Amino acid sequence: MKDFIIPWGDDRDLGTPASKSDKTVTLSIDGFDITVPEGTSVMRASALAGIDIPKLCASDNLEAFGSCRLCVVEIEGRRGTPASCTTPVAEGMVVHTQSKKVAKIRKGVMELYISDHPLDCLTCAANGDCELQDQAGAVGLRDVRYTTGENHYDPTGTGALSMADAKRREGPGNHHYIPKDDSNPYFTYDPAKCIVCSRCVRACEEVQGTFALTIEGRGFESRVSAGAVDDSFLTSDCVSCGACVQACPTATLQEKSVIEMGTPTRSVITTCAYCGVGCSFKAEMKGDQLVRMTPYKHGKANRGHSCVKGRFAYGYATHQDRILSPMIRESVDLPWQEVSWDEALTFAANRMRGLQEKYGKKSIGVITSSRCTNEETYLVQKLTRAVFGNNNTDTCARVCHSPTGYGLGQTYGTSAGTQDFDSVEETDCALIIGANPTDGHPVFASRLKKRIRQGAKLIVIDPRRTDMVKSNHIEADHHLPLRPGTNVAIVTALAHVIVTENLIDEAYIRTRCDWDEYLAYADFVSDKRHSPEAVEMLTGVPAADVRAAARTYATAGKSSIYYGLGVTEHSQGSTTVIGIANLAMLTGNVGINGAGVNPLRGQNNVQGSCDMGSFPHELPGYRHVKNADVREVFENAWGVPIDPEPGLRIPNMLDAAVDGTFKGLYCQGEDILQSDPDTKHVAAGLAAMECVIVHDLFLNETANYAHVFLPGSSFLEKDGTFTNAERRINRVRKVMAPMNGYADWEVTQLLANAMGAGWTYTHPSQIMDEIAATTPSFANVNYELLEERGSIQWPCNDDNPDGTPLMHVDGFVRGKGRLIVTEYVATDEKTGPRFPLLLTTGRILSQYNVGAQTRRTKNSVWHGEDLLEVHPHDAEVRGINEGDFVKLASRSGETTLRATITDRVSPGVVYTTFHHPDTQANVITTDFSDWATNCPEYKVTAVQVSPSNGPTDWQEDYNAQAAASRRILPAAE
Amino acid sequence: MKTEKMVYMANQIATFFSSQPTDEKAEGVAAHINDFWEPRMREQLLAHCEAGGEGLSDLALDACKLVKQPA
Repeated sequence: MKDFIIPWGDDRDLGTPASKSDKTVTLSIDGFDITVPEGTSVMRASALAGIDIPKLCASDNLEAFGSCRLCVVEIEGRRGTPASCTTPVAEGMVVHTQSKKVAKIRKGVMELYISDHPLDCLTCAANGDCELQDQAGAVGLRDVRYTTGENHYDPTGTGALSMADAKRREGPGNHHYIPKDDSNPYFTYDPAKCIVCSRCVRACEEVQGTFALTIEGRGFESRVSAGAVDDSFLTSDCVSCGACVQACPTATLQEKSVIEMGTPTRSVITTCAYCGVGCSFKAEMKGDQLVRMTPYKHGKANRGHSCVKGRFAYGYATHQDRILSPMIRESVDLPWQEVSWDEALTFAANRMRGLQEKYGKKSIGVITSSRCTNEETYLVQKLTRAVFGNNNTDTCARVCHSPTGYGLGQTYGTSAGTQDFDSVEETDCALIIGANPTDGHPVFASRLKKRIRQGAKLIVIDPRRTDMVKSNHIEADHHLPLRPGTNVAIVTALAHVIVTENLIDEAYIRTRCDWDEYLAYADFVSDKRHSPEAVEMLTGVPAADVRAAARTYATAGKSSIYYGLGVTEHSQGSTTVIGIANLAMLTGNVGINGAGVNPLRGQNNVQGSCDMGSFPHELPGYRHVKNADVREVFENAWGVPIDPEPGLRIPNMLDAAVDGTFKGLYCQGEDILQSDPDTKHVAAGLAAMECVIVHDLFLNETANYAHVFLPGSSFLEKDGTFTNAERRINRVRKVMAPMNGYADWEVTQLLANAMGAGWTYTHPSQIMDEIAATTPSFANVNYELLEERGSIQWPCNDDNPDGTPLMHVDGFVRGKGRLIVTEYVATDEKTGPRFPLLLTTGRILSQYNVGAQTRRTKNSVWHGEDLLEVHPHDAEVRGINEGDFVKLASRSGETTLRATITDRVSPGVVYTTFHHPDTQANVITTDFSDWATNCPEYKVTAVQVSPSNGPTDWQEDYNAQAAASRRILPAAE
Repeated sequence: MKTEKMVYMANQIATFFSSQPTDEKAEGVAAHINDFWEPRMREQLLAHCEAGGEGLSDLALDACKLVKQPA
């Protein structure tokens, strides 16, 4: 890729990874002196000096391997021609990278490679993007002296110069020839083009940590192999992260999109729109067509790695299901009518204003999207506060990480993770609780697994035996498979062990926390009822395991905690977050690199949507609306008074709708009917509203109850920023024009102006400037700075002009850290004779959230439907076999899906995903919620499972209603 | 919302604060409700208390006295 729009970031491959040494070494390379960190390879030192040594098996995201022999150099005083990739620099070393001797060796090596390579370069998919081609040029190969003999590329065995040539010839088969494997939906493996450099195998091991690939055979028989003999790439352990494709120097592993479209001609750095890791990607383009997404090596969250979703699953953005024309209808039993933007916006604005006149100012509200940009989210909450005149704004973070906001806010003073992802490279012990990063946050999981393979300790607290507990080359030191709903009991028991066994960091607590509060807390937590032995009956976890885990966490050195929705989505979600914060304070594990407390955010911009004042009780920057001084800032900026009372949260909106006092909703980029709990209640709430405006890419489930549909734009079609789980503000860049005509921020502005707002933004950078002007933690953030730095972590202001990778370094943001008592309260969602099993829910790797995006990609080959995981014991007593249709029933509702029998779940626990609307797992979940934030208790539902013949009546009714609701009449001529 | 649900939510908050080592438990409950409950929810709670507060825990009832009447 030669056409960068970004000035920073040299994309050159320096051959071997950077050394982290503080000591430096000076050497001479081709007569130039260069000083580099000790441990740097001669190859890298040379590249840093601007001299590229030819190479094939080396790449700077992989450890040096020394197999291709193309990078040989001469070093004065040393015998032979060492490989520069595996030779570390030494003080005073004198290196010659080019001489007659090395030139001859390199040419000979390349000649051998080429003698077993099909020379169909002009029709090869990697033409123009092939390192073998480049290096053949670099070494000056002009002739191949070997006659064609035994080879890997010719299917006929008669010898041929190209595949086209080979196809024409007849003869006995070539047993070395292996046909192309195109089983993976996104890339092909063509063994005929493989030079066995092992970069793909090493990338799978070192970068991704899956170990799906290997080199089988020896010598001339050596071939890359995925899985066992009969496996294809699709059936192997391969998770389709793309690391091997990225590493491959030839067309052996090649994106199908490049095969179809040709090589891209320009690229733009942007940010993935899937999970909260927030990986940086290069959108590689040809005109306005996206050819491929490749992970950006200078992306600070992902460091050049990717997962199957960000790397490949972008086809939804141009899927035929996208709705591109605005639509309206009088009532939800009528078909949709396509109309002009003007007509749709006027209709929406009149209805919303009409509702306010009839039912009061507070009868309408908004839901901001954690999928959209900061700028778009900011505008939507501004719409409700400045134009609607109330605080009825909430976001999907309500149903995922709102307890993080409360818990970390109360204990530390900020609602955010304490570290950057880089710090995982320094952790000595990682405690994962209620998170499944290999599936939910795959790129972070790869970075964590790398650290675990280097010897860091690992504790996993999860009802299921996830891949973090045990998978290739990693195994948790402790797995605490607790019963769903007992997080607080386990976390408090860990604290009990730390305090009663005096594993605390007293000096830290005395300086950083309120000592009196600590004494009260220690008194509480030391009580025998919190001991691992006392809570064993509740949690189902052997006391000795809990004690051992607590000792490991407290004594390993720098211990970090990463947690997910298995913590927050409970009746005591906020209490568990507080308990986690306590553990880190007790052991002095906040404010240093490698330690900390880090929520793994579900969606790309959960952090940002919370930062931007999406919650009904706080303005941007987590400042309560009751504070007159904060309101004044926005009243001055917006020229309107701001309501000092908190607004409705999503569940409250639905309750108020059923009560008849909440009548209108503008819902941007969220599908509450599928994603929120107790589907019947959500449907009843939506059905009771008189104006539901859905602003989305697709006719989602919520749109079944909508009166206005405003087409949305994809992340490829707009400028803006996303903020990831590290508080990192990353740029999203427009690479193609919005198919629907407008970026989402423009749509919100049009709606606001139709209601009389008079907004005049012409670019999202102006919205960011307004955010910076009103929000102290963003004070110095602007697009120029983001262009210059690539990304920046808030707080970024005069006190922290470079942003803040690590928080709470010299003290907590709130002053003294607060240790808060965490009494366990059993959830009222209890098992009994009718519903004897506990259902918990989660994600899998290939699908994402409600599946609106990933179901519209080829990712469905890995996961075509939601499955119910049932333990063999529970299956046997119910007469359930693998693949059977089963009915899943709770007190809220019932649905059917297929069962899979596995001991990943404990007896008494069943598990499913919620990616498919046909299943509607949320018809099962209840309306219990977190005591502090109303975050729904998705993770615990008492259920019964029984054999079934097919869909429930409810599923059939739902599908009929959905089908009727999706009818579209074309626009009038 | 349904009265039972509202009572349940208020009691959940009271249960948390009842475990805290402070003399100001009712203040804690009321502050939480004032900060996070929208006026029509607080109105419903206050009306329910007025009518006897059936189902509310003692601490939740105490806290109601400190819950702000929406303007």
